[in-house]
Amino acid sequence: MIDLHSITKSNPSIGEGFRARVAGEARQCLSFVFVCVALACSSAFAQTATPELPPASPELELRLKKLETELRCLVCQNQTLAESPAGLAGDLRREVRLLADAGKNDEEIKAHLKARYGDFVLYKPPVESKTWLLWFGPFVLLLGGAVIVVAITRRTRAVSAEAPKLNETDRDRASKLLGDN
Amino acid sequence: MTGIASKSANGNLLKAWRYALPLAIFFGLVWFLYKGLSLNPREIPSALLNKPVPDFSLPQLHQPDKTLSAADMKGKVWVLNVWGSWCVSCRYEHPLLNALAKQNLVPIIGLNWKDKPDDAKGWLRKFGDPYQLSVSDLDGRVAINFGVYGAPETFIIDKAGMIRYKHTGPINEEVMRDTLIPLIRDLGKA
Repeated sequence: MIDLHSITKSNPSIGEGFRARVAGEARQCLSFVFVCVALACSSAFAQTATPELPPASPELELRLKKLETELRCLVCQNQTLAESPAGLAGDLRREVRLLADAGKNDEEIKAHLKARYGDFVLYKPPVESKTWLLWFGPFVLLLGGAVIVVAITRRTRAVSAEAPKLNETDRDRASKLLGDN
Repeated sequence: MTGIASKSANGNLLKAWRYALPLAIFFGLVWFLYKGLSLNPREIPSALLNKPVPDFSLPQLHQPDKTLSAADMKGKVWVLNVWGSWCVSCRYEHPLLNALAKQNLVPIIGLNWKDKPDDAKGWLRKFGDPYQLSVSDLDGRVAINFGVYGAPETFIIDKAGMIRYKHTGPINEEVMRDTLIPLIRDLGKA
């Protein structure tokens, strides 16, 4: 911690108001940290752990890992099930494993989770009428950009075509001035 | 004359577009960004709305040798509240559930999610027990069937066993007064 008193004592130009403000800000910051730590602890320490399952065979392990990267953790929303440390992600990984053990294939497992959590659980949103903008919007923008570029180049070309042509003497003079020879 | 006049009118129109188009794009962008500010990315629309309540049969918290299943609640409008003693925001909405229970309007069933039964019972002794009964979902599989992704969550289920409403996160007074209670009353009449 920085000792505010020693700073303000050694530097009399720092006024009372500034000192109070810095102290207030430091206090606020500290209490924010406290609240965060308290929240993190209280929600983490008492929830029961996900019950462990016996290790999967290497082939199954590989299949599950791939499947888990295609599913989203609903708590840490920018992580896949495979990489999220959240408690719910552990539960969902276990669920995926149990479904696989029950003989469901990948599509059936995804459909099972989609029926409960919606499209959101899939990292790759399905192509539907309501996701058309999402899937095709960028291409529409690209096309629009291309149209603008073509229009501008055409216009510049038309303008330069209209410009007066140089005759031989003018061209010679110009190249001399530019120091080409 | 007319040719020149129309050409300059055309030019004016072009000029107007030159200013109007970027402005329109700018306001479009502002609108999207503004909308983005008020959207809550944590609020995921429930896939289970207007679907039958997932079947479950779980041990009761206070009498673990007895179970409660979804079928036991058929013919009643009921509320399912997902909670845990480890859940901080459950504490925030708890007084509202206590008040709802006092109204005797609707049975509230607690889904005690991934909790130690002793912790859960202690929590209810401390903060009051609004639940007709709570069931223990120890491994969280029933919660997954309900599409739960964070406690607290509250479901309203109608007499036919259909999920009619889901609230994610703690209930506040406004939601209770303006949404939950009117809906429960409506469903009770049906």
